[in-house]
Amino acid sequence: MPNLLETAGRGTLDRLGYVGSLNIQLWATLRGMRTALPFIGNRHRWRAAVHQMLEIGVDALPMVALLAVCSGFILAMQGASELRRFGALHYVIDLVAVGFTRELGPLLTAIAVSGRSGSAFAAEIGTMKVTEEIDALKVMAFEPVEFVLAPKYLAALVAVPCLSIVSNFFGILAGGLFMFFSTRLGLLLYFHYVLTSIELRDVLAGLIKALAFATIIAHVGCLEGFRVRGGPEAVGRSTTMAVVRSTFLVIVADAIFTTIFYFVGKT
Amino acid sequence: MSIISVRDLVVEYDGRRVLNGLNLDVEPGQITVLLGGSGSGKSTLLRQVLGLERPKSGSISIKGTEVTSCSKAELTKVRRSIGVAFQSAALFNSLSLEENVALNLREHTALAPTIIDLIVWMKLAVVGLADFGKLHPQELSGGMKKRAAVARALALDPEILVLDEPSAGLDPIVAAELDELILFLKETFQITALVITHELPSAFRIADRIAMLFNGQLLAVGTKDEIQASQHPRVRQFLNRVPENPVHAPAVAAYFERYVQNQEANS
Repeated sequence: MPNLLETAGRGTLDRLGYVGSLNIQLWATLRGMRTALPFIGNRHRWRAAVHQMLEIGVDALPMVALLAVCSGFILAMQGASELRRFGALHYVIDLVAVGFTRELGPLLTAIAVSGRSGSAFAAEIGTMKVTEEIDALKVMAFEPVEFVLAPKYLAALVAVPCLSIVSNFFGILAGGLFMFFSTRLGLLLYFHYVLTSIELRDVLAGLIKALAFATIIAHVGCLEGFRVRGGPEAVGRSTTMAVVRSTFLVIVADAIFTTIFYFVGKT
Repeated sequence: MSIISVRDLVVEYDGRRVLNGLNLDVEPGQITVLLGGSGSGKSTLLRQVLGLERPKSGSISIKGTEVTSCSKAELTKVRRSIGVAFQSAALFNSLSLEENVALNLREHTALAPTIIDLIVWMKLAVVGLADFGKLHPQELSGGMKKRAAVARALALDPEILVLDEPSAGLDPIVAAELDELILFLKETFQITALVITHELPSAFRIADRIAMLFNGQLLAVGTKDEIQASQHPRVRQFLNRVPENPVHAPAVAAYFERYVQNQEANS
C-alpha cells in the first residue's frame, strides 16, 4: 500500500507534468500561430479561425449578456442593501462599474466560454484522436497544432476580450436599470458617473485578464482532447476534465492577477 | 532495391515487446500484404513505418530516407509520397467528401481551384464515388468510407499506398470490390502498396508478396504459393483457421452443472 509521501509525490509529479504539457503546447502554438494570421498566414487557417471566433464569440453573446445582466442586478441590489444604511447609495455605481470592468466581466465570460467552448474543443479533438483523424493529419504532412489548435487559440484571444467588453456593458447597464428604478437616476447621468468612476487602468486590467483566461480555456480544452486514450467514454471524461480544470485555473489566475494589480495599483 | 526497408525493428510499450527484431522489404510496384492475427503487431508496424511513433531500436528506410532518425522536414517530404487509408477511414467529419480529397491538394500544391476540382472529381471517379462528393462522411456507408479514404490517399499521386485493414467489417461483395480497386490501382498507376489485413481471401486475391506476422516477428515471407506451401505450424494454423484455445464443451457443461448444484445447495 503506498504511503502518504509516495501518494503526494506522485500527485505532485502528475500536476507538474500537466503544467509542463500545457507550457509545451502553448509554446508550439505560439510558433504555429503565424499560419492562422490574416494576410501573412494560410488563408484556410484564418478562415477556420474566423469560424471559431463566430462559434466562441457570437454564439455565446446571448448567454454572456444574460449572465452579466443577472449578475449586475445581484451586485447592485446586494451593494445597495448595505450602502443605503450609510446613505451612500450612489457608491453602487462605483461598485458595479469597477467591479464589472476589473473583475466580473472577464470572469463571467471565462466561465461561460469554458463551459461552452472549452468542452467543445476537448470533445472535438478527443473525437479526432479516437477516429484516427489526428494521425491522418500527421501522415498527410500537416502539423496538428497548426491545423487544429492555432485557429482555436487565435479565435479565443479575439473573442474572449470582446465578450468581456460586452459582459461589462450589460452588467453595468443592469446596475443602471436598478438605479433608475430605485432612485429615478437617469441612464445618461448614470453612464456619465460610470465613466468618471472607472479608469483606463481598470479596463486594461480586465482585458489582460481576459487574454489570460482565453489562453487557459483554449489550451486546457485542447490538451484534454489531445490526451484522450481509448474510446468514446474517454472523450466524455476529457470534456468534463476540460471544464473542471479550466474553470479552476481561471479562478486561480484571476486571484494571481488581482493580487498583482492590487499591489501595482497601490504604488 | 526495396522502396521500404525495415531492419531489426524492436518496439516496446511499457516494457512489453510488441515487435521483436522485425525485418521486412517492400518492393516497388508490388502489393505486399502484411498478414497476421489480432495483436500480432501489424498496426504497430504501420505506425512505425508512417513515422507516428519511434522504435526502441532498428531502422526503417523509405525511399532511402531513415524515418526513425530523420529531420521533421525530411519526414514531411517522405509522408507526401505516401498515401494512407486508415482502418477507420479517418475522414474529417467536418468536411465533405470533395473537401476531404481536396485538402492535400489545396494545402500542399499551388494548383488553381478549377484544376483541384477536376483532380478531386477524377480521384472520386476512380473509386466510384464521383456522384457523392457533396456528402459528408457520416452520410456514407462503411464501404463508401473506405473507398473515400483511398481516394483521399491518392490525391497527391503517391508512390506508396498504405491500406490498413481495407476490407475489415465489410460484407464479402464490398470487400471484393475493394480488392479489385486495389488491383486496378496497381495495374493503372504502377503503385506500390502495403496492405495490412487478416482477411485471407482478400490477401490471397491481391498480394504479390505476403509477409506473415506473429508475436512481433515475421514467420514467413514469400509469394502466395510459397505461403500456401509453408509448413510452419503457426502459418498452417492461421491458414487453416485452427482455434488456439478450442472451446471444450464437456468442461463447460460440467462447470454449469456444478454452478447449478452450488446455487441449489445455498438456497
